[in-house]
Amino acid sequence: MTNINVGDKLPTLTLPAIKRSTLALFAGASGDHNPIHIDSDFAKAAGMDDVFAHGMLSMAYLGRMLTNWQPQSKLRKFSNRFLAITQLHDVITCTGEVVDIVNENGELRARIEIFATKAEGTHTLAGVAEVAI
Amino acid sequence: MLDQTKVGYKFPAFNIDVEKGRLKMFAKAIGETNPIYTDEQAAIAAGFKTIPAPPTFPFTIELEGPELLPVLNMLNMDIAKLLHGSQEFEYFDSIYAGDSIEVSSSIVNMFAKKGGALEFVELESSYSNQDAKLVAKATCTLVYRNA
Repeated sequence: MTNINVGDKLPTLTLPAIKRSTLALFAGASGDHNPIHIDSDFAKAAGMDDVFAHGMLSMAYLGRMLTNWQPQSKLRKFSNRFLAITQLHDVITCTGEVVDIVNENGELRARIEIFATKAEGTHTLAGVAEVAI
Repeated sequence: MLDQTKVGYKFPAFNIDVEKGRLKMFAKAIGETNPIYTDEQAAIAAGFKTIPAPPTFPFTIELEGPELLPVLNMLNMDIAKLLHGSQEFEYFDSIYAGDSIEVSSSIVNMFAKKGGALEFVELESSYSNQDAKLVAKATCTLVYRNA
């Protein structure tokens, strides 16, 4: 059994600033071709200031933080709400903290609160994950 | 208002091949540096059968279907007014490069907030591999801006 305790903090992951090319690459790789993320004309016509990041890009960053910490084969649940839009040039930091140890059908799991946060402190994603320990 | 009578609708299931090259491209796009997500030998050395799909990849498998988000046409939604409200995954086994994944999705709930200014559509999806093993489930909540 891995030595994981309530209060443990996951190693933080800070990403490079979001660029237009980050979004273009993710659009192609993820299959999310919604033009609101890659076409400024379309985004402005839809009432946005400019293109903005896919929520699932930040969720993938949270996933990187989780699998950096424990092997993906131990990941049982992973969820988040999308709270705020991630704009171009934002620098996102992913954090997580073990808040509980739960027993699910005989398997001990660490329950982790996870956040993606902008440099000025706004949470863009908030969620929970469960990792077998 | 979106057509609430569509709650319970099951979209036709479809199959998607998980390609190694696609997984490498996805890893690059999210800045993943752990070699298990790009190098077969590193994945095997780490105890995986071959390169695993990262945790959020089921959403990408779903987008590879015959139509990008078929719920848009079903409910006459304009993609420009769509936001992603929340996303949940539950995992039962790994998805690997080379797998053929069957995706089944349905509309499980719809509700409005702010006097109908925002409408929510909840979709549930199941992902099974070529051995008919359920490998993951997902719940996706879409938010529609009726403004």
